[in-house]
Amino acid sequence: MGPLVIYEVISENINLLTAFIIGTAFGWVLESSGFSSSRKLAGVFYGYDMVVLKVFFTAAVTGMLGLLFMSLFGWIDLSLVYVNPTFLTSAIAGGVVMGAGFIMGGFCPGTSFSAAAIGKIDAMVFIVGLFIGIGLFGAGYSIWQELYLAADMGHLKISDSLGMSDGLFALLLILAASAIFYFAEMVERKFASHRL
Amino acid sequence: MESNRTESRENRYLNPYLGGVLLGLVVIAAFYTSGRGPGATGALKGLIVTGVEAVVPEAAASSGFVAEYREPLPGHPLRSWLVFQMMGLITGGFLSGAFAGRLKFRIEHNYRITSERRLLMALGGGILFGFGSQLGRGCTSGAALSGMSVLSLGGFITMVSIFGTAFALAWFFRKNWI
Repeated sequence: MGPLVIYEVISENINLLTAFIIGTAFGWVLESSGFSSSRKLAGVFYGYDMVVLKVFFTAAVTGMLGLLFMSLFGWIDLSLVYVNPTFLTSAIAGGVVMGAGFIMGGFCPGTSFSAAAIGKIDAMVFIVGLFIGIGLFGAGYSIWQELYLAADMGHLKISDSLGMSDGLFALLLILAASAIFYFAEMVERKFASHRL
Repeated sequence: MESNRTESRENRYLNPYLGGVLLGLVVIAAFYTSGRGPGATGALKGLIVTGVEAVVPEAAASSGFVAEYREPLPGHPLRSWLVFQMMGLITGGFLSGAFAGRLKFRIEHNYRITSERRLLMALGGGILFGFGSQLGRGCTSGAALSGMSVLSLGGFITMVSIFGTAFALAWFFRKNWI
């Protein structure tokens, strides 16, 4: 039964070792999907390369479905996994600041490391920026603490907040993702001339 | 001829839907073993906390930012799942690039802008993303992808907020990309 480290099937040290192995797979998939290229990543915002939407939503659906089925089979206790807490104000405000950083820098943090790993100097500079940004947040923590802690809704699931079962929400998300993929393929054909 | 072949090999990427399934399996493996999803900025925060504690311990002791990181992690600040995962991420990215023939020091940018401008934009983007990831309690990996996989409401909100803002601002930054 998972999570393995919580059920003490594996020790804390083995958990750190698997973290490294899982991270290696993570980095491999990001790089081999083309996420090490800022121009491919930014393509989604101009329609010439929709790889971000395709990979991201396929991953989200796969992750969600896999965990739901594993829970159904009794392989993982989902009440013990970490569900990110929802602080409404900072979730929106943080997302807005990150979105601006995304269109400006062309990376998100994970992809910038996979790009820096293959020698992209722009990604290394982006990472320097990440450290500065995190440091600034930490240094001025008391200034934005109120915003950061506002509108605490706890570890709320989206299915509960919409008053539906996890399964029904999953089905709706799959339908939405299918529509997004259809749209992505259509847009890519339209803007094919801009392709890298 | 030879250069053409290298060029096409360099641009050969995984089918995006296959990549997505594999990335989803990474998320599942993380939750199954550790009970937490993958993330990218947590490790950077750990490095900063380590640095602050080593250089200015008094400031670290009174910092709400350090206290928040320290609460679930009382040992060494780098003895964290996310730090080990991040070392793997760099290794995995390097190996994939090596096998695909993509290892090369370069500044990638649109021909319409200079390298200097690209680097300046990358620095600015990084600062914003770093700051936003702390405000939003995680980035595209830790908040959006991991959060969505466990149906966290906040994960969905952050995802819509990140992509919505980037789309909304795309017109202003178009010269950098198209």
